[in-house]
Amino acid sequence: MRPAAQSIKWPYPLAGDRCQKASCDVLVIGGGMAGCFAAIAAARRGVSVLLAEKAATEASGAAGSGCDHWESAATNPCSKVSPEELTDAMVRGHAGYNNAISHYIECREGYDRLLDLEKMGGRIRDTEDRFQGAPFRDEKTKLLFAYDYENRFTLRVFGTTFKAALYRECKRLGVRILDRNMATALLTSGGMPARRVTGAVLLDARTSQATAVSAKAVILCTSRPARLWLFSTEFPGISEFRPPQTTGDGHALGWRIGAKFVMMEKSVKGEWSGIRSYPPYSTGNNHNTWYACTLVDATGREIPWADRDGRILNDVASRYKPAPGQKFFIKGGGEPDFPFYEFQGPEVLGVEELLQRGYKLPFYADLGAMPEMERRVIWGMMVGEEGKTRVPVLQAYQREGFNPDRDLLQSYGDGWKSGSFLPQERQLFGVPGGVLNDWRLMTSVEGLFAAGDILFAGNCVGHAAATGGYAARHAAIYAAGIKESKTDANHVEQELDRIRSFRPASRGPASSGPDWKEFNAAICRIMQNYCGALKSEELLSTGMEQLAEFRRRELPHLKANNPHELVRCLEVENILTNAEMVIQACRARRASSRELQFQRLDFPEIDPPEWNKFVVLENRDGRTESTLQSLEYAGNIAENYERYNPAREGRRE
Amino acid sequence: MSGARICRVMPENTSHCPVIIDPGLCAGCCRCVDICPADLFLPNQAAGKPPHVVFGSECWYEGSCVAACPSEAIRLVPPLVNRVHWKPRNWK
Repeated sequence: MRPAAQSIKWPYPLAGDRCQKASCDVLVIGGGMAGCFAAIAAARRGVSVLLAEKAATEASGAAGSGCDHWESAATNPCSKVSPEELTDAMVRGHAGYNNAISHYIECREGYDRLLDLEKMGGRIRDTEDRFQGAPFRDEKTKLLFAYDYENRFTLRVFGTTFKAALYRECKRLGVRILDRNMATALLTSGGMPARRVTGAVLLDARTSQATAVSAKAVILCTSRPARLWLFSTEFPGISEFRPPQTTGDGHALGWRIGAKFVMMEKSVKGEWSGIRSYPPYSTGNNHNTWYACTLVDATGREIPWADRDGRILNDVASRYKPAPGQKFFIKGGGEPDFPFYEFQGPEVLGVEELLQRGYKLPFYADLGAMPEMERRVIWGMMVGEEGKTRVPVLQAYQREGFNPDRDLLQSYGDGWKSGSFLPQERQLFGVPGGVLNDWRLMTSVEGLFAAGDILFAGNCVGHAAATGGYAARHAAIYAAGIKESKTDANHVEQELDRIRSFRPASRGPASSGPDWKEFNAAICRIMQNYCGALKSEELLSTGMEQLAEFRRRELPHLKANNPHELVRCLEVENILTNAEMVIQACRARRASSRELQFQRLDFPEIDPPEWNKFVVLENRDGRTESTLQSLEYAGNIAENYERYNPAREGRRE
Repeated sequence: MSGARICRVMPENTSHCPVIIDPGLCAGCCRCVDICPADLFLPNQAAGKPPHVVFGSECWYEGSCVAACPSEAIRLVPPLVNRVHWKPRNWK
């Protein structure tokens, strides 16, 4: 029996009444993969950089505890696919609803960022010769490849070495790192929508001390929103795929100053959440980290793999090859949403068909049936280097006696999924919406840049690294053209008042309101009820009214009893803002869309030509305005890249 | 949190604790406190003693604390509902 808990005196100095000032040329908000590469790139250009990170930069972000693959590194010396081909594939594979600019940057510069990581001390190739002679290894460069072994544009990497290396490099370059600091508001030159960003207000999560930062340029590297439809009050930390600090703060901050957002109406049926599913890659499966593991049924009968044409594959090696007549395939096991035939890779037969054929549940991943090199690269490298796998899966399972040569690990869902969700339980998974960017990765607000998953249709680590470095180059150039940046003292005071309003003394009596968890759960209930799989103006506007009521009646009673809770409360207000933005985006698209997984009962026609455009959303002083923008606004990607990057990095080998 | 100069906090009263620290091995270095993304620990005011697990429900279960601990004093305990089954290959 555990002893009764005692209350603990808050160990950090309380400084909620204090606001210090800081200034820099470039402020980076978010210290994950994108933020670290941004800070490093800006610092290398000789500008002063301040990096604000809500957690601890050394281990923060989705790749904080590792990453196992570096996608779309099209310029690596073994790649047989050009950046233009690969970007075109990604765009066409999503029916045009993709970020051609940011993914071209990924394809063009992702490998260069990997080489940078190597110079910083990260391990990107098989320097220990663990996989000599393996079909996924190039003997000359010792690079390891994933999925398509013929075209070799996605690398297997030792991502547990990355964050520490990036953190060291940031410090070495003199980046001022403010860990445990949340950006609570962007500061601007005025107007709504704001014309130019001038800095931000930061809040220390341990002391509640505020910092008003004046900056000539700001780069948002805050990843994507979460916990809009799915939240666990019991295990809030594992409510979503990404770490609990990933609450889409940048989306809320940008929205509040009038930055333009796009594709925010897209959501998919939930794939990962807390105790409703299992932790990613902790179960037997055949995707990503586990590609292309043999699966068997309960009797040991091997589950067939087939190519895109349904031809059963006779050996393991074929799972890593394009189909006859196919140049290359993307990822492994097909895109989760709608596999695009041209780039569709091999996959096991579907569960329904297997059950009809007499296969018996449960299914298992059979590592022992794999060739030795494939087995060792999955269990011991991919599982091990991927985030959230080294400690909780590789080490923990082996300590409990799991032997990959002998044991079968149970699968709990189709493909890489490990849980079942209702259609109204949605997530911003895959390539969802985000902030609209131009060819400098600048948003619609002057001086406000973006990188990583805050960019619309952003996805994955190589994209985060490449866009981080790229956005910072342009932010540094922009900052050089700004004489000085002043923050508006009134704006700062208003923001401090908002932050301080969460104090118990400013709120009602002790029992008068929900805590932040209950509030988050209630937002999710609204979103499931009114912004679920089936949408209509009546449902969406009713949802909007209810969120407005939360804002009016419940938010004023949300209170924080300590600095940690204060940040949780501010995050939940951001989640409320993001929910409002999503509903407004849904109202603005008056047509259904297959690619966006968007179904309107009142506008059931799917993808009418006049709606084959991006819906761009803007907050104009409380009023939402939407416009339509061409899916091809990026223009010719190679030409525009040259135009905007005349002295560019990203040369091909 | 100012307005108040003194702030006290109760560790969450939940049936599940994500992290077990062996007090016999822990040196009180607070590497886990420094690295935890969720900031779920508070350092112990007594020198050399394990930190308090205060916001345990916010754990992401990635194991940064375990990896950072120089004394191997930390064990990560996943929720029981996330325990994954395996069995030996045993086809007859």
